[in-house]
Amino acid sequence: MKKIDEKQPSAKSIKISRRTLLSGVVAAAILPVNTFANYVQTGAPVLPEPVDDPTKIPGPGPTPVGKRSPFENPVRKPSDISSRTPLQDMYGTITPADLHYERHHAGVPVIDPAKHELLIHGLVERPMKFTLADINRFPSVSRICFLECAGNFRTGKEELTPQDVLGLTSQSEWTGVMLSTIFREVGVDPKAKWFLAEGSDAAVMTRSIPVAKAWDDAMIVYAQNGEAMRPEQGYPIRLLLPGFEGNMNIKWLRRIELSDQPYMTREETSKYTYPVKDKIRMFSFAMDARSIITYPSYPQKIERGWIEIRGIAWSGRGKVAKVEISTDAGKTWQLANLQEPVLSKAHTYFRYLWNWNGNSTEILSRVTDETGYLQPTLKQLIEVRGTASGGYHMNPITAWQVKTDGSVLFKPEG
Amino acid sequence: MKIALLFIFICMALLALMAFRVSSVKSPGLLQLTDTTKWPARFGFGHTPTAQEIAAWDIDVRPDGKDLPKGQGDTEKGKALYALKCAACHGGNTVGAPGAKLLGPVLIGDTSAKSKPKTIGNYWPYATTLFDYVRRAMPYNQPGSLTNDEIYSITAYLLNANKIIKTGTVLNAQNLPKIIMPAKKLFIIDDRKGGPEVK
Repeated sequence: MKKIDEKQPSAKSIKISRRTLLSGVVAAAILPVNTFANYVQTGAPVLPEPVDDPTKIPGPGPTPVGKRSPFENPVRKPSDISSRTPLQDMYGTITPADLHYERHHAGVPVIDPAKHELLIHGLVERPMKFTLADINRFPSVSRICFLECAGNFRTGKEELTPQDVLGLTSQSEWTGVMLSTIFREVGVDPKAKWFLAEGSDAAVMTRSIPVAKAWDDAMIVYAQNGEAMRPEQGYPIRLLLPGFEGNMNIKWLRRIELSDQPYMTREETSKYTYPVKDKIRMFSFAMDARSIITYPSYPQKIERGWIEIRGIAWSGRGKVAKVEISTDAGKTWQLANLQEPVLSKAHTYFRYLWNWNGNSTEILSRVTDETGYLQPTLKQLIEVRGTASGGYHMNPITAWQVKTDGSVLFKPEG
Repeated sequence: MKIALLFIFICMALLALMAFRVSSVKSPGLLQLTDTTKWPARFGFGHTPTAQEIAAWDIDVRPDGKDLPKGQGDTEKGKALYALKCAACHGGNTVGAPGAKLLGPVLIGDTSAKSKPKTIGNYWPYATTLFDYVRRAMPYNQPGSLTNDEIYSITAYLLNANKIIKTGTVLNAQNLPKIIMPAKKLFIIDDRKGGPEVK
């Protein structure tokens, strides 16, 4: 009976009665974890019975694991192969780990950390196998950076949220060991120019990565936002290549082989490549600079007067140098404020104060990164790449239409 | 008396000076430097894997054919295997007659780069990638279940169905890397390095 209730919560079975609340601390101690607490994060918002005056009724006591307020319900948007981060619900740049976007090619493997090992071989002086305990003993480093799927862009209709348009990007504080520390341990042959990274999922996912990235800023990470990494993100260890397309950041990492040439795996040849005019471009590693306004956005409604335009900007090639906002459909541009600290290869929060007079208009953001690259328009990208370029590495400026009634709609272009 | 006081004063001054020196040594910058310079050449963590352990995981195949296993397969055996193990998701071998939406991508098409969808014939630059990918990830519901001979056969059939090799061809570790794929000439390496250019 209880099981059925869990799957299909009826309003009756999950409401907290006034009497339960009244019994305060005792109620908290006996409140079954499987009733109220579970429903808070399972999709449809479930609200407790309103309390007239919370200063007159003691609330529940401490719990082993905290939950979001039942009044807040940010959720990923899953398809068969991926799920998207609710960018419109984020107030900062760290994505809560349970809302980090997912993209996997044969599901999320269940891996026993006690049995998992990492093999490094090929053009090295000493092939080595490392247990997780071994990896944990190396000097550790933490770094905040974004991860973004190379296919992160949707358009085509007005009823799209920031999550729909660009939800395949998320940011975390990652902790692990520098790959250079591990490479130093095994001794890399100077002939090695590439390394193959392989996962232990059912796709046995592989990508070839230039060795230079290992000496630069690549990491093997085991923690995300201060706790063990989530299974969807590669538990117990994944490769982290700051700024590089998500697919290369091999999850569930089990093997690295050093080589004098790339392996031309399926993902780096028939996928994650794109037509550019009459050629097919491969090995686009760094994610190009882009930005998106997350407030106001569809399906929100705004009122005339002061509005703080908010959003995120980032670049896989370094720091965000500036973000500009247009509130007149791209005719003029003004500088947005950037939230410090501005980190390299990291989502950077921007804000711009706007006094909306009630006229219909379009609002846009565009980023310039520290290499001097200005986020292009879709028209510019089509001019240089042709119309058959597809969805990989498309980073156009995006616009929101503001209607006179205050409704906000995505502006589909192309 | 005065001399004794003077002596005590000098002692205290010296002690203060020493204390200052000690505290200056403890500045964070110097400690960090000490930490880094103390890194050993090797930490000595981990263990040496056996040759068998490496071989069990080392399943990758490069375009030059390095690490292709022994064995062989032909287009006709591959055709039968494809019907049995692949067609349910990737469709039959009749191009352009799709019914319901397929679970997997269409693999068979012509070799014209302008045609859609992207198939082995018009988009895959290396034949070795087929062997590597089928061995590691296919069939989707039973990855890793095919023998090397079966993988050679399926590879041969897919190349044949895409009009790249003749019916009846037998593939092995020697001739698979020599196949030149129609799409290979189309591939260029991204040479963008940042900066203002949109490309």
